[in-house]
Amino acid sequence: MTTVPTSGARETVLEARGITKSFGSLPVLHGIDLSLTSGEVVAIIGPSGSGKSTFIRCMNMLEVPDSGEILFRGRRVGSKFRGAGELLGLGELRRHVGMVFQHFNLFPHMSVLENVIEGPVTVQRKPRGEAVDIAMDYIAKVGLAEKRNARPDQLSGGQKQRVAIARALAMQPDALLLDEITSALDPELVGEVLGVVRSLAEQGMTMVLVTHEISFAADVSDRVVFMEGGRIAEQGSPDRVLHNPDNERLKTFLARFHA
Amino acid sequence: MYTWSFAPILQASDLFLWGAWITVVYTVGSIAIGLVLGLLLCFARLSRIGPLSWLAQGFQELFRCTPLLVQLLWIYYALPLLLGFDLANWAAALITLSLYAAAFYAEVFRGGIVSIDKGQSEAGAAIGMSGWQVMRRIVLPQAIRRMMPAFINQSVTQFKNTSLISVISVAELTYMASIVNGQTYRPLESYTVLAVLYFVILFPITKFADIVESRTRGGH
Repeated sequence: MTTVPTSGARETVLEARGITKSFGSLPVLHGIDLSLTSGEVVAIIGPSGSGKSTFIRCMNMLEVPDSGEILFRGRRVGSKFRGAGELLGLGELRRHVGMVFQHFNLFPHMSVLENVIEGPVTVQRKPRGEAVDIAMDYIAKVGLAEKRNARPDQLSGGQKQRVAIARALAMQPDALLLDEITSALDPELVGEVLGVVRSLAEQGMTMVLVTHEISFAADVSDRVVFMEGGRIAEQGSPDRVLHNPDNERLKTFLARFHA
Repeated sequence: MYTWSFAPILQASDLFLWGAWITVVYTVGSIAIGLVLGLLLCFARLSRIGPLSWLAQGFQELFRCTPLLVQLLWIYYALPLLLGFDLANWAAALITLSLYAAAFYAEVFRGGIVSIDKGQSEAGAAIGMSGWQVMRRIVLPQAIRRMMPAFINQSVTQFKNTSLISVISVAELTYMASIVNGQTYRPLESYTVLAVLYFVILFPITKFADIVESRTRGGH
């Protein structure tokens, strides 16, 4: 991607330092470091069970790491909803760092519009009128303006995921975490969702995406991170990582996609 | 051949009506108190504070695993010996029915809440909601819809259970029927009328529950 940031030096938005995590006796992450600068798009790839999803969920603390720390704009994130002292609260972190899930997780008891204004109204305490304006703007951007009054169960998978993206964007976040957002979609619906992500990247949105769409990752990201067995095994520009890999496991992994 | 005679029973119709009214009062009263206590109990059980959760569960098991009649006798006849003062029969009845309802409602609520997909609360948390906002805006609205049929069924049971408080002489419907029986020596008619009255009140409610259930199954 060749997004030129308009404001001077690139600032670190989100940073993970030495993240470890086990589920019971099963170690999943063995000390992951990753920092994300403003406007950067990082794609995380790797085999199933490599810890990609657990890691991206640690970045907004939906999964609490066993050790290591998450920093948002240089401030350490605590483990409580409210901030304390110099520790940033989870509430504030998540207001600034949005997430989109594999299974959409739309609120089924709310219309499309209600899903999207929920954050601005309930969390940011914006007046409803203002929230509706913001929400409609993003709903239109993902191409679903005419569906604003539909219920989630009346939408296709691709439409649901676009609503979920609009819901995250309506918080006007500094960064977005996309956790395998096309993995639950029928193949013919993947394109419409990737199209939305591509246009976000073009507009300079800072993003981390865990994905199995290797060619999309190559196309849209500034940096590709290959995870294997709970570690970062390789990272670099898409061209180097995906087209000229020197890591053997990465070669094997990629061979399955090129085959 | 038995000759039915409802005339003496009809003369006592005001007793039946008054009894039915008292039954409704105890049902509604204990449901209202049971709802509030049940909700508290449910949140206590779901709480991450261990002792609070165990205490709530202990209370629930105690009331779910002993018969209501035994609870009623214990609270009316035994508890005052520990307290050092007597409980009026109406108070013992209301307390017992309410605690009993609370134990069962708490389970209905808990079942509804834990049945909501974890992804729902994660999606709420991911837009910055607090635990309470997630509960109030995301989980409860969906859980309430899902728990409605069980809630109505439990309330129907609660209505029938009030008949037990007749054993401590609370003058509800069943008690009145035994009074009428005592005065008229017509058990067949007295207790038939009694059964019919319960049926007439509860049948429409169970039909209503069926409608609610089919609507929740069919989506929105």
